[in-house]
Amino acid sequence: MHVASMHFVRRAHDKLGDAGLQKNLGTFKTRFVGARARAITELDDFEGTREAAREIRQRALDNLDTYLEMFEKNATANGATVLWAETPADVNRLVLAIAAKHSVRKIIKSKSMVSEESALDHAIEAAGLSVVETDLGEYILQINDYEAPSHIVGPALHKSKEEVSDLFAKRHGTARKTDIGELCMEARQVLRQHYLSADMGVSGGNFFVAETGSVVLVTNEGNATLTTTLPRVHVAISGIEKIVPTMEDVATLMRLLARSATGQSISNYVDILTGVRGAGEFHGAGHMYFILVDAGRTGVLDSDLRAALRCIRCGACMNHCPVYQNIGGHAYGWVYPGPIGSVLTPMYVGLENALPLPHASTLCNQCGVVCPVKIPLPDLLRTLREKQVERGLRPWSERAGFRLWSWVAQRPALYALGTKIAARALRWMGGADGYIRKLPLAEGWTSGRDMRAPPGKTFRELYAQSKRN
Amino acid sequence: MDDPLANAAARDNVLARVRHALRRTGPDPNRAAAAVAYVARHVHGPRSAMPADLAARFVERAQDMSSTLECVAHRRAIPAAVRRYVDALRIEGADRAGVCWPEFADLDWAGAGLQIECRPTSGGDRLGITGAWCAIAETGTVVVLSGADTPTGTTLLPDTHIAVVPATRLVSGMEEMFALLRAERGRLPRAINMISGPSRTGDIEQTIVLGAHGPFRVHILLLD
Ligand code: SF4
Repeated sequence: MHVASMHFVRRAHDKLGDAGLQKNLGTFKTRFVGARARAITELDDFEGTREAAREIRQRALDNLDTYLEMFEKNATANGATVLWAETPADVNRLVLAIAAKHSVRKIIKSKSMVSEESALDHAIEAAGLSVVETDLGEYILQINDYEAPSHIVGPALHKSKEEVSDLFAKRHGTARKTDIGELCMEARQVLRQHYLSADMGVSGGNFFVAETGSVVLVTNEGNATLTTTLPRVHVAISGIEKIVPTMEDVATLMRLLARSATGQSISNYVDILTGVRGAGEFHGAGHMYFILVDAGRTGVLDSDLRAALRCIRCGACMNHCPVYQNIGGHAYGWVYPGPIGSVLTPMYVGLENALPLPHASTLCNQCGVVCPVKIPLPDLLRTLREKQVERGLRPWSERAGFRLWSWVAQRPALYALGTKIAARALRWMGGADGYIRKLPLAEGWTSGRDMRAPPGKTFRELYAQSKRN
Repeated sequence: MDDPLANAAARDNVLARVRHALRRTGPDPNRAAAAVAYVARHVHGPRSAMPADLAARFVERAQDMSSTLECVAHRRAIPAAVRRYVDALRIEGADRAGVCWPEFADLDWAGAGLQIECRPTSGGDRLGITGAWCAIAETGTVVVLSGADTPTGTTLLPDTHIAVVPATRLVSGMEEMFALLRAERGRLPRAINMISGPSRTGDIEQTIVLGAHGPFRVHILLLD
């Protein structure tokens, strides 16, 4: 997918002014947050389960070589083929090679974020094959000329039903429907035909289980189940970090995944797929492939951001993020939005291509508090900010500003004088009511809010005064 | 010609990078042994207490997930229960038809006024009647395993999925299901499908709609 993360500030501005989007985000805020808060109370020991989930994911990462090889061995023994992709381009090349090998003409897909990284759908179409996204949200985006997803769980959350109505009428050539149930029905009928006629199903992988060589797929729509049950070839694509050691680990993670994502105690369909169609079986793929994708994961593994790879893609961090809640996912400019996106995007597409993202956070730590695998997201964002400074990637004005500040701060007399003048100037600017309406060099701040003026004396002056009294 | 799926170099490169990141020069036997030993222990995470009456918990949770349920006393009563359910839904005439798994082929469907054929479905059937390999009380989940006599599509393609769950096959959580699998099967089937209520979507304005792709309804007959 094209990276537009450098335009974060401009796009965030646009999104704040987009009345339709703001309305959609309004319902979004309340729903997910409340549902999660209720759902986690169903567990006797939610915090203990979170800690266990953190350990499970960390253990998998700290022993990734062992578990990857174990996965490969078991998957192969069960009749699947395990392939490795070093880059996003490799993913596309391998999928097309598999399709060619099995004379595939039509591919159906259930949601795979990794395939968004590589823009797989475009590669499939460029090769002259057809591809249909089956997750309703992804389908809506696909028929809208591959609009970018704005959320990792609900990719089309930003769209209103009116937009979907127009889109369906235009693309399906049917009468315009406005009832959400009828719209879903129409999509169901269109997609059913695709399921029945596809040669190959491409899925993501919520987890790869090392112990058994299985892939775990989690959906509410059941689209991953259909995608992996009906076509004769199944390709499961996911990052190498998605490995978990055991089935019991899956059970623990599943107690948190749906609760953190949508506030459900479990998703409607959880499938554990192992190997190919057995003797006498009517359904199921006769050929199964796994594509284990690096595409930047080993770089993160080899950094002080390794914890980010624990992510199970629940979306809770974005659901609870005050920045995401107000601008939605598009402003982040790549596949993964919200706090986890602000960590992963710079690591996957290059620090210099996503400079605004680590700063797109107030560091309020709502994300860190809700993350089911305890990723310290604010710490990681701070680490990325430091890396930007170390690599000299900050703008010259900021660097000059800090240099000036540090020069002054090392000269106590000068510092005292400077702050004395500044405090008084600000007091004067506050006027009679003590509020500053416009602050030179910081209009971005004061254009949206008034700033309380300081009382006119510096801390040092007040301290010295209190000593005297 | 080169095999486009030949992949050994990529594999070695990725694993080498993983080992480099983990500061290992080659496979580390001690560490690997510990990682393997962890797998063999099948460690459970923290568990919530389950009531002694698993059936009650199962019923409550299945309803939470929008499944409907009825208890039936014995196998022979299944066709009449299905008929009652279908009538209550007012699926009239031709819609009293569908398919079932072979394990229910012997039941007197015609006697209950239903046309149920024992065959897999390729779509277009209204009722899909299946058994269950087991069911999970914690989440109200029906578990089916793929196999020659348990075609997966019967749970997925019809508008209505009716699952017969023997009360003797209730387990408390997913962990117990895995333990049962290891004890009874040893080898995993192609698919373990865990079904908790009908297919749903919230992708348009977060409004929940049932029957996104799979069944609109999941009805469970809990067999005593
Ligand atoms: S970082 Fe944590 S909260 Fe965010 S999507 Fe990943 S697992 Fe969920």
